[in-house]
Amino acid sequence: MSASSNLIQELQQKAALLRARVIETSHRAGLPHLGSCLSCMDLLTALYFYQLNIDPKNPADPTRDRFILSKGHGVPALFQVLAMRGYFPVSDLDHYGEDGGVFGEHPPTPSHLAGIEAATGSLGHGMPMGLGMALAARVKAQPYSVYAILGDGECNEGSIWESAMLAGAQMVSNFCVLIDFNKWQATDRSEQVMALNPLADKWRAFGWDTLEIDGNNTQAILEALECFPSKTGKPLAIIAHTIKGKGVSFMEDDNNWHYRIPTAEEVALSKKELGIAS
Amino acid sequence: MRNAFADEVTQLAKTDSRVMLLSGDIGNKLFDNFKKVDAQRFLNCGIAEANMMGVAAGLALNGLRPVVYTITPFTTTRCFEQIRVDVCYHEAPVIIVGTGSGLSYAELGPTHHSLEDLAILRTLPGMQIIAPCDTTEMRLALRSAIKSNLPTYIRIGKKGEPNIHKLDVEFEIGRAITVREGEDVLFIVTGTLMPNVLEAADLLAAQKISAQVASFHTIKPLDEAYLKNIALTYKTIVTVEEHGRLGGLGGAVAEFLSQLSNHPPHLRLGTQDEFMHEMGSQEYARQRYGLDSNGIAQQVINHLAR
Repeated sequence: MSASSNLIQELQQKAALLRARVIETSHRAGLPHLGSCLSCMDLLTALYFYQLNIDPKNPADPTRDRFILSKGHGVPALFQVLAMRGYFPVSDLDHYGEDGGVFGEHPPTPSHLAGIEAATGSLGHGMPMGLGMALAARVKAQPYSVYAILGDGECNEGSIWESAMLAGAQMVSNFCVLIDFNKWQATDRSEQVMALNPLADKWRAFGWDTLEIDGNNTQAILEALECFPSKTGKPLAIIAHTIKGKGVSFMEDDNNWHYRIPTAEEVALSKKELGIAS
Repeated sequence: MRNAFADEVTQLAKTDSRVMLLSGDIGNKLFDNFKKVDAQRFLNCGIAEANMMGVAAGLALNGLRPVVYTITPFTTTRCFEQIRVDVCYHEAPVIIVGTGSGLSYAELGPTHHSLEDLAILRTLPGMQIIAPCDTTEMRLALRSAIKSNLPTYIRIGKKGEPNIHKLDVEFEIGRAITVREGEDVLFIVTGTLMPNVLEAADLLAAQKISAQVASFHTIKPLDEAYLKNIALTYKTIVTVEEHGRLGGLGGAVAEFLSQLSNHPPHLRLGTQDEFMHEMGSQEYARQRYGLDSNGIAQQVINHLAR
């Protein structure tokens, strides 16, 4: 893989700006799940600004790649990404959290916002829907792929493993799952709540090809995405080891930021650390 | 009814390349002809109904028309949240078919009974609910459901149900069909208890009680116009369903009648608010809950004599 250093730098800068916007919006609109948004931001940036075959001007193109944020509570990050990618004006997010709008704590349905493929939020739903979308491509002989970001906490849900087994049996090679393995769920360490480890072995055992990467390292993410679709014909699971709250020192790996809303001072401090001017 | 379902879905798949069939690992050999039409459009999703329903929604949102098929409790109560979120919230045109509904599998015990499905699915916005009384209604319901592009639940029996309608019967989702005309009692019936109700109407006729029988194959949307036009004509209205008395057809009709300033008394026939702990055949179970023809006729007579 030879992603140019320019590309990597560009994606990192975008991710930093997006992180700052998410933190600002969290403060203004009182949005929780900041830690979960920050951990998957590098994955989202690599997907939307490098990997996905999408055209924001033609969001219903039948041949577009589909992306599903199966961990729907990370949608404050996705909304910022979609806006920056051109699905709607960034200024629309100035109204985030206002009564009567579409920007809430989970994605609306696809018919209510261009760029959204599934109204996730109840964990364990996005991946099966994504599998259906990937199978539809096969039946209709269309060339698109389906990507889904799952949380490690979300891997508690039985429906994830039902879906993994079916995708494995059916060799759904146009389906790529990225697990935002930030080691926390709402109230505890994910590895302690459920016997999650060894996570990559689990996916392999369910019939998937797997890669383990540093999910906050842009170059590593791009290299992993280069391996998709897998030559073996199996679906691909990328276990992305991430840090919850990544990018802001006082939020990193502190699970209080699953629910905490930053103060104005904390927003300023975060932006300074991210290198984003006020 | 299930063989007719397999045949009908196969015929539909021949003419509509969007039609897919998803099975929860049941129907051994039942769908061989479907697979011959297009093996790729048949998907055995295994014994994993939550995922199956999500997969169906994903297929439906991408131009296909999946028909999801398994035993009723497993395609309804087990994966209710997937039906609610993935199918109904997304307005995904998924057809959910529950087979062996009501007490069809009485001998398999309450794990395989479905006496709550109509009640819970009726609460979901945008969901159409149909319980055909015979194979003709079932075939027409399936065709209409696919045409409608709306989430639809079709609750079918098992096998050997007698035909009620002629093949050219006029069928429309949400529009009741008068099966027998009468003057004293109005039977509103859904599903495969129809033959029992028609026999009960004969028994009542012998007692000089004239009964009209209507097939309310669609529980949602309810044919309110039918009820509004003729409700006051009858001494009593009797709803009959192979389902609990709470929240199903009887519940839907009661909700509508309660809005009218004046309406006749309403007798709701169905199973009791309990699990059936003893084993037995469907006939035994129906009799136990007064849903055989004698039981239905007797309950009506008792009601009129109050």
